[in-house]
Amino acid sequence: MNNAALMNTARSMNQAASATPATFDVMAVRDDFPILSRIVHGKPLIYLDNGASSQRPTAVIDAVDDYERHHHSNIHRGVHALSQEATELYETSRDRVVGFLNARSRHEIIFLRGATEAINLVAQSYARPRLVPGDEILITHLEHHANIVPWQIVCEQTGATLVVAPMDEHGEVHAEAVEALMNERTKLFACAHVSNALGTVLPVRRLMGSARSRGITTLIDGAQAVPHLTVDVQDLNCDFYAFSGHKLFAPTGTGVLYGRESVLERMPPWQGGGDMILAVTFGKTTYNSLPYKFEAGTPNISGGIGLGAAIDYLARLDLPGAHAHEHALLAYATEALGGIEGLRIVGTARDKASLVSFVVEGVHPHDLGTILDEDGIAIRTGHHCAMPVMEFFKLPATARASFAFYNTFEEIDRLHAAILRAQLLFARA
Amino acid sequence: MELNDLYRDVILDHNRRPRNFGTLDPADASVEGFNPMCGDRLTVRLKMAGDRIDDIRFEGQGCAISTASASLMTEAVKGQTRAQALALFDRVHNLLTDDAAPCDELGKLAALSGVREFPARVKCASLCWHTLVSALNAPAADKPGVVSTE
Repeated sequence: MNNAALMNTARSMNQAASATPATFDVMAVRDDFPILSRIVHGKPLIYLDNGASSQRPTAVIDAVDDYERHHHSNIHRGVHALSQEATELYETSRDRVVGFLNARSRHEIIFLRGATEAINLVAQSYARPRLVPGDEILITHLEHHANIVPWQIVCEQTGATLVVAPMDEHGEVHAEAVEALMNERTKLFACAHVSNALGTVLPVRRLMGSARSRGITTLIDGAQAVPHLTVDVQDLNCDFYAFSGHKLFAPTGTGVLYGRESVLERMPPWQGGGDMILAVTFGKTTYNSLPYKFEAGTPNISGGIGLGAAIDYLARLDLPGAHAHEHALLAYATEALGGIEGLRIVGTARDKASLVSFVVEGVHPHDLGTILDEDGIAIRTGHHCAMPVMEFFKLPATARASFAFYNTFEEIDRLHAAILRAQLLFARA
Repeated sequence: MELNDLYRDVILDHNRRPRNFGTLDPADASVEGFNPMCGDRLTVRLKMAGDRIDDIRFEGQGCAISTASASLMTEAVKGQTRAQALALFDRVHNLLTDDAAPCDELGKLAALSGVREFPARVKCASLCWHTLVSALNAPAADKPGVVSTE
């Protein structure tokens, strides 16, 4: 097919696809995100790097701004008006997260810097005191580094072994293959809800059940899932669920660890300092109750308030419509990009979140990234902090377009056209 | 258009048909360059004749900028003395980072000047050069560490 024919196909698909989620008004939603009207290199920004970090709606920017201008003080310890206001705003955000994840109580929601810190907390506070040589921690092949390295560290500290469940050539992890590796030595099972490099949605509900029936403690890395899926930690029945705020339209430096209260109660504090204590003498310190036991020091107050505002924003959004729109974007992009000669989509699982990882023959991902950037198109190129995944596919890097509900079919058309232009540019040689 | 300034014909040609690509056995020095964030990886091998680079090869994988830079580098330094190659490194380093750096007398290497408009890509073009310097500075018995420009 020549370029003109490809463009026609893309246009007709555009009309068909944009007709599907009729209820979701993407143009109205885009107005909520000021950065989306930016011009980059003289072209309207097309932001397709949501898997790395998503953008903030005005509601979040305003909430942070209002806090900084009118309410800032340290929380949890002052009797004056500002401290009480700041505490109220920050703790209200915690309540928002309780609802967002359907946790049982605010005792189960620990505010941290991000998903990475949450996983490290579980590794050091839950796993390290419990594991002995011979024990096993089970993960999967498609984890990103934040769900590999903390476990390697704790294995080194305790003599436990890291066991990796396989994935297939589509980037799918099959529940049977994971279950076959669960045994009496497995003390902890940790897996992504959604793969950041490939978009694969893992069968987490079944896997949590399998692990639980064998007495294995479980953690889900939900960093890539929360922006795309409705998460219910009670329904999933996991022991821990971690996510980062900045992928959920909230400020960077915010993150959440959900922990089952009965498990958190049995864990020692991870870091010592202010806020995590009830009473300190030089002889003995009495630790604070949950969740504060795990929140030493002054936290990212403004960011936490921004996270609450992001969840409020999502609650006002037509979420089923947004999710349907994202799925339509994925289907559209898969077809449009998949039709480009010399382009290979990496990660073809049946159940995927809305991102497309790909390589273009003869055009290295980094060159493609630079060429697309000149067109105002932001994609990610590299190993996506998931080197074992790249190694599996024998690729040093891929290009990744990751979508949010504010992306449009037209933006995918422009991505498609820009990839063709990159191919033409490199065909000169 | 700026992109055409970055991806000049010389760059695309050396990316597609890298010169002096492959291995050298035996080699007097062999050093690996690796930018872990982006995955560019190459090995530079040297065969010295006294103080002179008698032969040079590189192999690995990377983007067009890093591959073409390495290919152009091997052409430029083959036959040069150690001191000449190190001086050329300084001139190329200036070319990549300093807008006012002159391109004259650099021959085909001047094609790399487009890179300085793209700061994120300077590390791609400079990886092979830093790897070469490490190889030139490594006594034969030494095992130098991996070079990175990230």
